[in-house]
Amino acid sequence: MTEHHLAQINVAALKEPLDAPGMAEFVSLLDPVNALADRSPGFVWRLVGEGANDATGVRPVGADVIVNMSVWESREALWDFVYRSAHLEALRRRREWFRRHVEAHQALWWVPAGRIPTVEEGVERLELLRERGPSPAAFTFRDFYTPEGLPEGAQPAGA
Amino acid sequence: MEDFEAFGALRDPLRRRLYEYVAAQDHPVSRNEAAEAAGVARTLAAFHLDRLAEAGLLETESRRLTGRSGPGAGRPAKLYRRAAGERALSLPPRDYRTAAEVLAETAEAAGLDEELRAAARRRGRALHGAKPVGGLEEVGAVLARRGYEPRREEGGAVRMRNCPFHALAEQFPPLVCGMNLALLQGLLEGAEGLRARMDARPGWCCVVVEETSSKNNED
Repeated sequence: MTEHHLAQINVAALKEPLDAPGMAEFVSLLDPVNALADRSPGFVWRLVGEGANDATGVRPVGADVIVNMSVWESREALWDFVYRSAHLEALRRRREWFRRHVEAHQALWWVPAGRIPTVEEGVERLELLRERGPSPAAFTFRDFYTPEGLPEGAQPAGA
Repeated sequence: MEDFEAFGALRDPLRRRLYEYVAAQDHPVSRNEAAEAAGVARTLAAFHLDRLAEAGLLETESRRLTGRSGPGAGRPAKLYRRAAGERALSLPPRDYRTAAEVLAETAEAAGLDEELRAAARRRGRALHGAKPVGGLEEVGAVLARRGYEPRREEGGAVRMRNCPFHALAEQFPPLVCGMNLALLQGLLEGAEGLRARMDARPGWCCVVVEETSSKNNED
C-alpha cells in the first residue's frame, strides 16, 4: 500500500494590498510563521513563489487573493501546526487583514508520499470542495476522509 | 444510560479518590503509583482501577516501564489515564452543546469574532467580582474552579491542562480560542502586572497567563 501525505490549500482575500500600513503586522509574521512550519514535526513541503520565501506573490485565483499550500505527513502534523502553534494567533487576528469568505477557503486531500501537488491542482481541489461539498477528493478538518476514502470515524466494512 | 453507569462507578469513595488521582497526573499511572497515592494495597487499587476502566472513565495501556524487552523483561505494566471521551449528565435532559455549535457556526459564518470577544471579555470581567484578581495564585484558584486544571510552570507562568470548551474549540479553533483568550483577558482586567496571551501547544489550553515583568531569565 502506498503511503499518503496530506496536502492543503487555503486562500485569503486581502483587505488591503500587502504594502499598506494596515497589513504590516501580517507581513511581519510571514517569515517567523513560515520558519515555524518548516521546522514543525511532519512538515513535508510548502509553496513558495519564485525567488521568494513565501507564496504571497502567487495569485492564481485573483489579484487580491493570497494562497498557501503545503504537504504534511499526517492530519495530526498539519493540525498541530495550524491550530496548536504560534500560527493560531495569526489565525485569531484574520479578520483584521482578510475579508470574510462566503465559500470554503481551505481544502485538504491526500497525495501519494513523495508527490508534490501543483498550484493548479490545489485550486481544482478547492473548487471541487466548493461545488460538491466534502468528498474523499477534497475535504476539511470537520468533514475529514481517510486515504482509503472513508469518512473519519467510519468503520471499515466488515469490521 | 451509559453515563449513569459511569457516574455510578464513582460512588465508592476510594474509587473516586483513585480516579481523581489518575485524572490529575500528566502521565499514565501504574497500579503501584495509584496504590501508593491512595494509601491502599496494590491489589485493591488494581481492582478499582479496572472497574473505572470498564466504566469507560479510564483508558489503559500496557508498557514495560524499564524499557527492557524480550525474554526476562517481565510482564508489561498496566497503565491508566483519564479517558478522552466527555461525559455529561443533565436532569432533565438539556443539550447546550448543539446550541453552542449552531451559535458558533453562525458567528463563524458571519465573521462575528470581534463581537464574540467583546462579550467574552465582559463575562471574564464578571468572574473576578468587585476587585481585580490579586496575583497568579488567585488566578490559578479561579481557573481551577472553572475546570481549566492550571499548572504553574518553572518560569512562573500558568498553563492549563484542560480546555473547558474543547469540543467546540476543535470545530472552530480561531473563533473559540479567541473567545477563550478574551474571557481570560477580562478576568485579568485591572490586575497589576498580569497578562493572558495566546501560546497554543498540543494537548494544552491555547492561553498562558504570566507576569508582564517576565522574570523568566532569573528563575
